Amino acid sequence: MSKENWGSRVGLVLAMAGNAVGLGNFLRFPAQAIQNGGGAFIIPYLVCFLLMGLPLLFVEWSMGRYGGRYGDHSTPFILHNVSGGRSLWKYVGVFGIFTNLAVAAYYCYLESWTLAYVWRSVSGAFTGYDSAAVSQMFTDYVSLGTSEPIIFWILCLLLNTWILSRGLAGGVEVAAKVGMPLLILFGIFLAIRGVTLKEGVDGAIYPGTEGLNFLWTPQFDSIWNFKVWLAAAGQVFFTLSVGMGSIQCYASYLRQRDDVALNAMSAGWMNEFVEVVLGASILIPISVGYLGVERVIEMTQTGGLGLGFRTLPYLFQQWGPILAALAGMAWFGLLFFAGITSSLAMGTPVIGFLRDEFGWKREHAAWVFGGLTLLLGAPTVFFFQYGVFDEYDYWAGSVSLVVFAMLEVILFAWVFGMDNAWAEITRHADIRVPKVYKYIIKYVTPVILIVVFLGSLFGDGGILAKIVNKDIYEAMSKATDPMEIAELKKKHLFVNASRWLLVAVFVLIAYMVWLADRKRKREGYIPIIRND
Amino acid sequence: MKTSALITMLLANGIVIAMAAYFFWRVLRSGPPDEVDEDKANFPRGG
Repeated sequence: MSKENWGSRVGLVLAMAGNAVGLGNFLRFPAQAIQNGGGAFIIPYLVCFLLMGLPLLFVEWSMGRYGGRYGDHSTPFILHNVSGGRSLWKYVGVFGIFTNLAVAAYYCYLESWTLAYVWRSVSGAFTGYDSAAVSQMFTDYVSLGTSEPIIFWILCLLLNTWILSRGLAGGVEVAAKVGMPLLILFGIFLAIRGVTLKEGVDGAIYPGTEGLNFLWTPQFDSIWNFKVWLAAAGQVFFTLSVGMGSIQCYASYLRQRDDVALNAMSAGWMNEFVEVVLGASILIPISVGYLGVERVIEMTQTGGLGLGFRTLPYLFQQWGPILAALAGMAWFGLLFFAGITSSLAMGTPVIGFLRDEFGWKREHAAWVFGGLTLLLGAPTVFFFQYGVFDEYDYWAGSVSLVVFAMLEVILFAWVFGMDNAWAEITRHADIRVPKVYKYIIKYVTPVILIVVFLGSLFGDGGILAKIVNKDIYEAMSKATDPMEIAELKKKHLFVNASRWLLVAVFVLIAYMVWLADRKRKREGYIPIIRND
Repeated sequence: MKTSALITMLLANGIVIAMAAYFFWRVLRSGPPDEVDEDKANFPRGG
């Protein structure tokens, strides 16, 4: 099999930035900022980016290039080599395939909403409807009232699979080169509209700067609030797509003389530009301009999804038919590009694993990935109202990421050894990485990740409460209507079933890793044992 | 807009824009790696 490489450095950086830039930059970040006191959030957020985000990028890029040197393009055997051939680590690496597959399963469905809403915006489907009707349209959409969601979902899966089947340089890189500039262009257009919103014009009750005031007024007392720090660390973590295994996979296709330090910095800061500059200037100024701060705080309690899909399409209608269509196309278009550049990154490790270990052709592996995403994603589409989508998001899209990132940074800094790790990060670097990062990666980043993990164990929405379905039982104890109780029982069943399905997928991937390992041993591959 | 909010916004946005632009410019400016690639050194495939 000939070694596949990136076509250009700009293409690689855009693809990496596209991997990081997702729907969360525009929906989760503003919601988190609002829920954590606006201006109170920014300082902890930027500090966490420097102490946890950038170090994790250095670690994952370096591990990926290191793995690529030995022909490995997915985390099980990358981690196996980094650990010096210790068997257990390749099973930790299962997370790097499992997470991508499970997240792609529901993420592609989410991505298809944005595509459908681009179509709805351009075709004037929201024209003449009041806010309740536009909100109801979204409820009907996810309840599968028509065949439209299924059509757009299949279309999205086909598009992802087709691009992946064309390979890195001919598929993923081209998509990133088209998608990222358009995303930024659409973002700039909407940000200008958002911040220049005038009180009393187009039905706005506050100026766009009202939302900016709320977001950017510093509240230094927040520095002592542990919950704000936890939320900021969580946001930095999810926005960079670290802990997934996709960065290692992309970096494994680097040439060995390629830099990782500058590339990681460039992709990381580009993501921050999209999140902090564009992400903060669209949803908050526009929604606060029409609804006021109090109402927006209330609406973002369950995240930014409702505001993005239920409210914004209605608010755009206040700008007149042409501008509403343009704004709708730009908003859902940028969400679509943010989504697809991320879902393509999720497909690559799965394809890399099948190609490396079982000798599959890229096209076949891509279509198998598409098929698996369809099968695994079907429960999130058909049983959305029973919380299956949220379960996937919680276990695969949140918990797995934190666990994997925590273990990989311990592996890289402590098992691989910090001197080796530092040599790997700085090898052929096009920038001088500040030496303080050697100590941050070894001591600070693991501690932050352990604290984030421990913080996510406890509390009402914590892992332990989730395992015992505390929220469902509490709702059942309060419910008096037999219909409601029956629905909650159904939800309980689907939630548990989806968890077992995810466990089964994890075990199946672990079994495939075991098979691959046996095959390697049969074929006489030698584990990389370092002498240091 | 409140002065304190404006200063924080300009500072945070300024840092992020400057860093993103600077590192991307460095990427654009730096050429491809040398033709002689360590890939050709036939690293053994680990397992």
